[in-house]
Amino acid sequence: MTTSSSTASTGRCALLLTCGAALLVILLALASLNTGASQMKLLHLLTQPDDRVTRVLFASRLPRTVALTLAGAGLAVAGLLMQMLARNRLVEPGTVGTFSAASFGMLLAALINPGMALWLKFVLVSVCAALGSWLFLAILQRIPLRSALIVPLVGLVLSAVLASGSGLVASLFELGQALRAWNSGDFSAILRGRYELLWVAAGMTVLAMLLADRFTVIGMGKDFATNVGINYAALMVLGVLMVSLISASVVITAGALPFVGLVVPNLVRALVGDNMRRGIVLVALCGAALMLVADLLGRLLIHPYEVPSANLLAIVGSLVFIVILLRGRRQWA
Amino acid sequence: MIEAKTLSKRYNERLVVQDVSLQIPRGGVTAIIGPNGAGKSTLLSMISRLTPMSAGSVEIDGMDVTRTPGPELAKRLSILRQHNQTSLRLSVRDLVAFGRFPHSGGRLTAEDQHHIDEALDYLSLNEFQDRHLDELSGGQRQRAYVAMVMCQDTDYVLLDEPLNNIDMRFAVDMMQLLRRAADEKGKTVVVVLHDINFASCYSDHIIAMRGGKLAWQGTPDEVMRDEILSELYEIPMQVHELNGQRICVYFRMG
Amino acid sequence: MGLTTAARWRLLLVAVLAVLSIVGFMTWNVQSDWAFIIEYRGSRLLAMLLVAVAMGVSTLVFQTLTHSRILTPSLMGFDVLYVLVHALGLAFWARLGLGSMPAVVFVLDVLLMAGIALVLFRLLFGDSVRGLHLLILLGMLGGLLFRELTELALRVLDPTEFSIQSGRSIASFSRINLSLLWVALVLTLGCVTLVFTQRRRLDVLNLGRDVAINLGVSYRRTVTLLLVVASVLVSVSTALVGPMLFFGLLATNLAYWISGTHQHSWTLVTTVLVAVVCLVGGQLLVEQILQSRLPFVMLLELCGGVLFILLLLRGVRE
Repeated sequence: MTTSSSTASTGRCALLLTCGAALLVILLALASLNTGASQMKLLHLLTQPDDRVTRVLFASRLPRTVALTLAGAGLAVAGLLMQMLARNRLVEPGTVGTFSAASFGMLLAALINPGMALWLKFVLVSVCAALGSWLFLAILQRIPLRSALIVPLVGLVLSAVLASGSGLVASLFELGQALRAWNSGDFSAILRGRYELLWVAAGMTVLAMLLADRFTVIGMGKDFATNVGINYAALMVLGVLMVSLISASVVITAGALPFVGLVVPNLVRALVGDNMRRGIVLVALCGAALMLVADLLGRLLIHPYEVPSANLLAIVGSLVFIVILLRGRRQWA
Repeated sequence: MIEAKTLSKRYNERLVVQDVSLQIPRGGVTAIIGPNGAGKSTLLSMISRLTPMSAGSVEIDGMDVTRTPGPELAKRLSILRQHNQTSLRLSVRDLVAFGRFPHSGGRLTAEDQHHIDEALDYLSLNEFQDRHLDELSGGQRQRAYVAMVMCQDTDYVLLDEPLNNIDMRFAVDMMQLLRRAADEKGKTVVVVLHDINFASCYSDHIIAMRGGKLAWQGTPDEVMRDEILSELYEIPMQVHELNGQRICVYFRMG
Repeated sequence: MGLTTAARWRLLLVAVLAVLSIVGFMTWNVQSDWAFIIEYRGSRLLAMLLVAVAMGVSTLVFQTLTHSRILTPSLMGFDVLYVLVHALGLAFWARLGLGSMPAVVFVLDVLLMAGIALVLFRLLFGDSVRGLHLLILLGMLGGLLFRELTELALRVLDPTEFSIQSGRSIASFSRINLSLLWVALVLTLGCVTLVFTQRRRLDVLNLGRDVAINLGVSYRRTVTLLLVVASVLVSVSTALVGPMLFFGLLATNLAYWISGTHQHSWTLVTTVLVAVVCLVGGQLLVEQILQSRLPFVMLLELCGGVLFILLLLRGVRE
């Protein structure tokens, strides 16, 4: 009896948190709509509704805010997925080579044909991202995992190796500057018509919510999953594809945005526990909120200039990662 | 003599070993028994300085283990833990030779070679001596490590569940070997055992632990009793006398 | 514990290659006067040899301590720590009137580095291999954090002037910091001698913590000492040519294969020889013989990185 009532109370707590997070996202989105290089404020819609105001709103502010929300939610969910596929809480697409592989894909696209059609580029980058993620997971299956820490360690090193490959190619073809831009994501160049790819990430996010139960089972390992009658191999492939599509769409639109996928799921896990069907909506909402905050801060810190969100996220993310490691120190060591 | 005084180990808030004081006299085989989580291995690794203690002290022949220099202690006491996986490509002889490290610092003398040969012989590893560790079965590898510890030639030999993962034949071999080491060479052997009947048949002294505390200690005759063992393991147990040995039966009672 | 005959031949071959690389590097394509060449190429050669020794030895030691063939001390962000110490120290040393003596500043930097490394290890090293993994991860993240903070500071201080700098500058042998050569030589020789005296203890450490303690090695003290030595070697190499992440990986793994043993008296020598062949020979091949403008260090790094992936895919221990 106690278990079921405590489950119910965690459920209620999760529901409350989810509502709170949704409210927070709405508030942050309004703040994001209200902020920008031009003087336009949301209030002007009522006081002086003219063409200029609506143009700024619909051409720049709204696309940026929507892009931030979709990318944040997508990345957080991609991180969660990656954690279940790798069966380790200390990984996310940015720390296992998915992003590095995606920017290698961007490099390839630029080398093959700088004016490549968007869909073709998306396919190319997604394939690269999928190969990078697959490489990581393949390596994980082949090494003895004597400590939970070896997993993020291998991921980070793999990521660095892929990045050094991209660096070599980029320096040969003088694309270093572009590579750096892809590696450091920001949303300053988002306009209407240049973010719509992120709806793919949104689709994947929704799909992940629908399949949350299955991925939770995947997170318990192959034998367990097979035992409860789940097609492990197929779901792994699907998971890698979803992570890669989300990552590719974000990297193409804004560039790599590190640590959202690490920070958010771990935070949510601390709040509502490990059952992801209960947590995944909250993960998506918190991801969106974090992304909005990072972007707002980036716009306000040195107004009218901008600090890329990737910069701020990397600072916050590595700090949080360090705290997680130190707090779990006895457990890891 | 090994003397532990008010020894405790705390992991976070959990007390794994609590206020254990005991004396293990020189010579003979001492077995440490008890259910899972009783703190047997932790006790052994605190005695052998592998795990730092939270409170208390351990002295080996009057030398405090935390203060005595490592090489000094390594000539008096050796410890073998359960899990000794190494993926180094070492031959059995190379591994056994490491047992001489405390004595010669890695530069092997003729005397060291003699000790190595003797240890290989003692554990019947002669035919395997040039095989690599990764080519051996679990039982053979375990014996190679025991040979290393024997080669270290210390008065005190501590082993943590040396019978794990080896079949009955090798288990009997191993226990007979430890018995011989105590009887013929005068070594003091302390061994953590899961199988209480091995403890009963081969040891001179049994230390029983439960919940991190010392529960009973004494000779096999004193400890191998229905009421003591039943209370220790919390299942009904009956001790029978068979061929002069006290054997405990617990497989299917009532 | 000796070498097999095949291993002896392989080792001999590497030694010959190393000598050939050095001779070739000094004599290939000499057109102008010899005095200049000897001074110009000689100093570059010395720098490369020092880097080869420093990276090779520090990586080998690090891999023994971590029981892993895929980690290098450069991953821990020592290079970043060195840059931080150097930047912060510079202002302070200048006030003491040491600004014009780069060698003295360098030694002070390295001492400070070693001190910080020592304190960090003491605080964080959990006395086990997993403790080391934690340490490495924290080092990597600390390095990342520091780089990103620097970038943010640069942007905030001067938003207009900010030119995006690469996150991690790449090592280069065309921009060798020659003013530090002799100090670096002394430091490297000191560290390598120290490591060599510990070679038998390193053999024991290879068997794992418990066995090492059983055999009388004071584990924590030895490991801390060796980690500090590794950090000094990495900062020497970083100060000379800049950061290199994976080169050490290439050197040690080739050395394990060539020597076919884990005995440090052999692997230490082999690693150094392999590193010399890779660096000096490679540079000779790419720059002088092929006359290519390929960024050589990046190529070397990539080789190390690819080797890393292959090792992992083959399921090498960790």
